[in-house]
Amino acid sequence: MAANTWKEWMQGLIELEELIEKLRQALDRESEPSEHQRIEARLKEFERRRDVVLEVITTRMGPWEEVLMARAEPRPYTLDYIELCLTDFIELSGDRRYGDDKAIVGGTAFLDGQAVVVVGHQKGRNLQERTFRNFGMAKPEGYRKAMRLFRMAEQFRLPVVTFVDTPAADPGVESESRGISEAIAESMRVMFSLTVPVVSVVIGEGGSGGAIGIAVANKVLMLEHAIYSVIPPEGCAAILWRDAKKGPEAAAALRLTAKGAHEFMLVDRLLEEPFGGAHRDPASVGETVKKAIVEEFEALSKFTPSELREQRYSRFRRMGMYETA
Amino acid sequence: MSAGPTAAPGRFVQCLHCRKTLFAKDFLAAQKVCSYCGHHHRLTWQERVDWTFDPGSFEETDVNLVSVDPLSFPEYREKLSASEAKTGLRDSVVSGTATLEGHRLSVAIADFAFMGGSMGSVAGEKITRTLELGLERRMPSVIFCASGGARMQEGLWSLMQMGKTVGAVERCRESGVPFIAVFTDPTMAGVLASYASVADVILAEPRALVGFAGSRVSKQAQVIKAPDDFQTAEFAHRSGMVDRIVPRRELRSTLATLVRALGAALPVSEKVVA
Ligand SMILES: [Zn+2]
Repeated sequence: MAANTWKEWMQGLIELEELIEKLRQALDRESEPSEHQRIEARLKEFERRRDVVLEVITTRMGPWEEVLMARAEPRPYTLDYIELCLTDFIELSGDRRYGDDKAIVGGTAFLDGQAVVVVGHQKGRNLQERTFRNFGMAKPEGYRKAMRLFRMAEQFRLPVVTFVDTPAADPGVESESRGISEAIAESMRVMFSLTVPVVSVVIGEGGSGGAIGIAVANKVLMLEHAIYSVIPPEGCAAILWRDAKKGPEAAAALRLTAKGAHEFMLVDRLLEEPFGGAHRDPASVGETVKKAIVEEFEALSKFTPSELREQRYSRFRRMGMYETA
Repeated sequence: MSAGPTAAPGRFVQCLHCRKTLFAKDFLAAQKVCSYCGHHHRLTWQERVDWTFDPGSFEETDVNLVSVDPLSFPEYREKLSASEAKTGLRDSVVSGTATLEGHRLSVAIADFAFMGGSMGSVAGEKITRTLELGLERRMPSVIFCASGGARMQEGLWSLMQMGKTVGAVERCRESGVPFIAVFTDPTMAGVLASYASVADVILAEPRALVGFAGSRVSKQAQVIKAPDDFQTAEFAHRSGMVDRIVPRRELRSTLATLVRALGAALPVSEKVVA
């Protein structure tokens, strides 16, 4: 029976690590040499066990485990990457039409001294945060805020960075009545119109229309344990087999892993994560992401404004797998 | 999904909505609109062509594009074969050129009977080529949508079609070539959230299902009670997402007038051979 959540899947490892943390604290407190030695030995033993468990978990990840990993609460989110990769972030709010959506954040920032506009989906870690961020499910005003910032980037000739991490766009009644479909489509259209460079990074869940709504970029990068999918695996299973519990089977069928997306050349570059996942070493994954974005912007700096728009269209234009009978 | 009253062209048919019995001949004469309740039944692509464009003017393009199975998705090939056998189509979208009161148009028609009108690589490619052909020959594009959304059996390939088709719409916009979308029953999810919603003008048939999330999903997510006409053309119209609800009998003349208005600045392109 497959685990349903990252926490469930990681239970053994989480318990081991809690134990290790307790032993470390005990070790710090212990002054008596023989007892100190005894605790140290135990600590070493548990650390060895932890490494074995981590090794097993990380090397045996199937598509479903990739889904759980992409959704893992401790994974760095957009605001973490902004903190890790950029400086002097000024968050800007509101779509100037209806409201401010907390599931999409954006603003100006600096990447190695270069001013940029950054936009990304934002999830929450605890219940309160999750509610505040609507589980990272953006409403029309979120996409309209994104569009406003994309247009501003065009106006002031600033490169755009987007971070993609959403289970899906908000499916509620309010979102329908304010035109969630139009907002997503129009956000993509605005991105196609830009003549400044755009780089998107899929950092966690690339959930269908809600994800691609801010991922019309010149280059799309993807973290090793992120996913990108046309439909959540549970939804796919519910439709195909009338059983949402068959998520693991659907995850395999959908080939939604970063490796799959990269093999199909639907994303341009895979970014390696620290062993065991991005959350195990945020500083190093932040460095990886930052370096990659800098490199991509450097490569894109050779393009003229109209070439950037052309390149973006031709990047998507070639995507299709069909035959001529 | 039932093919509805087209299935057996006997003497009588039953309305799928009000269940009343109708003379098949009258029903077809009314373009499959129920004379009792006004329900607009789904059309095949052929009926749509026959009842919309100038007789004999439709010329199909890209007839030979066929879906492959990029993910080796369970039962996908079987579903494609079954849909092909049922409809005689190779995929869910038929594209080509046609004239409407003499105006040459680039057109695409989705047929719900082929895998729920879903958009995979072939549908996305045909929609894109339709818009590009309109752009190249400077003729308006008219696309009839009928789709449950992106085709999940092609995974991320299908999702990318949303981007690709919107990119083509943006190019039409930059060049001042009009694009008119007609939402027919149903226009949903990945199709609604891509090229369909960024058309210059959006018409919809009465009571067509129009929405983003599958009704099961959105009902779960509901905090606010949905109105009775939630996810219909009327709801979308009231919400400002659709320009006009147009009864089928008026669709041809409405489209013709719009094409004449929006295409006024385009060079005369009538009777251009496709
Ligand atoms: Zn009826």
